[in-house]
Amino acid sequence: MSVLVYTENWDGKFKKLSYELVSYASGVAKMLNSSVTALSIGKVEEAELKRLGDYGAARILSVDNEILASLDNQTYANVIAEVAGKENASVIIISNNNTGKAVAPRLSVKLKAGVGSGVSRLPLSVNPFTLYKRTYSGNAFAHVIIKSDVKILTIAQNSFDLIETANNAAVEKINVSVDNSQVKTKVQNIQKQTGKILLTDADIVVSGGRGMKSPDNWSTLVELASALGGATACSRPVSDEGWRPHEEHTGQTGKIIAPNLYIAVGISGATQHLAGISSSKYIVAINTDKDAPIFESAQYGIVGDAMKVLPKLVSAVKEFKK
Amino acid sequence: MKVLVCISNVPDTTTRIKFAEGNASIDTTGIQWVINPWDELSLTRALELKDDPGTGVKSVTIAHVGPASAEPTLRKALAIGADEAVRVNAESSDAYFVAAQIAEVIRKEQFDIILCGIESSDYNGSVVGGMISEFLGIPSVSAVSGLKIENGNAVINREIDGGKEVVTIPLPFVAIVQKGIAKEPRIASMRGIMLARTKPIRTFEPVSVEPLTQIISFEKPAPRSACKFVDAENPAQLIDLLMNEAKVI
Repeated sequence: MSVLVYTENWDGKFKKLSYELVSYASGVAKMLNSSVTALSIGKVEEAELKRLGDYGAARILSVDNEILASLDNQTYANVIAEVAGKENASVIIISNNNTGKAVAPRLSVKLKAGVGSGVSRLPLSVNPFTLYKRTYSGNAFAHVIIKSDVKILTIAQNSFDLIETANNAAVEKINVSVDNSQVKTKVQNIQKQTGKILLTDADIVVSGGRGMKSPDNWSTLVELASALGGATACSRPVSDEGWRPHEEHTGQTGKIIAPNLYIAVGISGATQHLAGISSSKYIVAINTDKDAPIFESAQYGIVGDAMKVLPKLVSAVKEFKK
Repeated sequence: MKVLVCISNVPDTTTRIKFAEGNASIDTTGIQWVINPWDELSLTRALELKDDPGTGVKSVTIAHVGPASAEPTLRKALAIGADEAVRVNAESSDAYFVAAQIAEVIRKEQFDIILCGIESSDYNGSVVGGMISEFLGIPSVSAVSGLKIENGNAVINREIDGGKEVVTIPLPFVAIVQKGIAKEPRIASMRGIMLARTKPIRTFEPVSVEPLTQIISFEKPAPRSACKFVDAENPAQLIDLLMNEAKVI
């Protein structure tokens, strides 16, 4: 019996997200008196792979095969299922990111394993196996029992702290049975987002709404985000108007994020917007309307005009960071 | 070419969720039921494909797993423009169960393109679409924000973690769609509403499948502390609080 965790890499590097998953897997393994096996797919150097041991992986398996260079969820699910079988995994842990959402459901049917998705805490119990997950877009959390022998959990990003439990784990290179004819998803074109912090990875997010009045007013908001080392986001009307790209839309039908700090500027705080940000650890609201619903969700607030407040915040951050 | 759009019937997104039966279920009193927002976008894209003669799409069917009480929502989808509806007459006990039922409908009726929303706004599971494709052994692409049919092939824009890709996959396939797939949801016209009255909703009985998961109770999110206000003339105080009190910067 083992807990298998799939750790995705980006151009050969792991991210905080990968270590969160291994930390979570270690927590589950402790509850089950079991151990963690990490699975990496792709070209990753041995030193980087070994870092997974720092968060509690007892074994690290590396599959490096050219056929797996881009994501074909059928092939990935086959590989993870094959390894899960060999490792006798009782719990499989994957991120609830785009890759996880593509792979986990296929794996579920393949292994007849129930999925708990968007999990944000360790299991409430392991017998019966009970999870805590977000439902109704953050308006309720459910306790869910997984009844199958093998369980698949997809973990919400930024919801679980890193726990260092050093293990000097050995890296094993393994072969899996894949062939190119199985790969149905053919990538024609890739546009990587480079040089910017990904919104879903960011610890700090500065987000603008209609109260920003015009796309021309965004430069100080961007400046504040960069002074804080964070990412920028926006509300739905702003992306619908084309003021900002769709990738920045946070809310029910956009990105669901859980940064440590979310600064909402000129956002009134409609239910649909809160659905995307309610898991943020701290919410700061800046709004001219003191009755805006966003203040009910915020821990800190400023009632005032964003155009006047933002430049002052930028200089204050620069001052404090000195 | 036939398109199937999977429809979830969910509480209106502004609903204040209340619990019943000692927190074991949701209190449905007074809830307005709507088409799941992503399914509405899927339906819109399906209808756009049908409107374009170049795609070869001839019909758009909607499928739903749920009791007869969902029929007003299905009529709404028919009024927006779907040709017909299939309802599997069963409580949607879990994602695995629902996906197995939809897969069975597809096996019987054969569709070329199957569209599912990235998640339902009630369970937030994000798994039904992928499960359907695995039950059928056909390809699926997730996080789809664009779908075109060119020379009988699907050309798909998808979001990956850290970028965007254009991919192609052979038919039949399942596309699991998100924002961007259609600009905004299509609204039913008066004529559409009239036509929908006579469009067929066929009822299928469920196949026997054991659910793999079960919700045992609900709880409210933890309440947040009251908002501490900082003077707009002195925003530096906010930075001080974030550094020294919240310790998040």
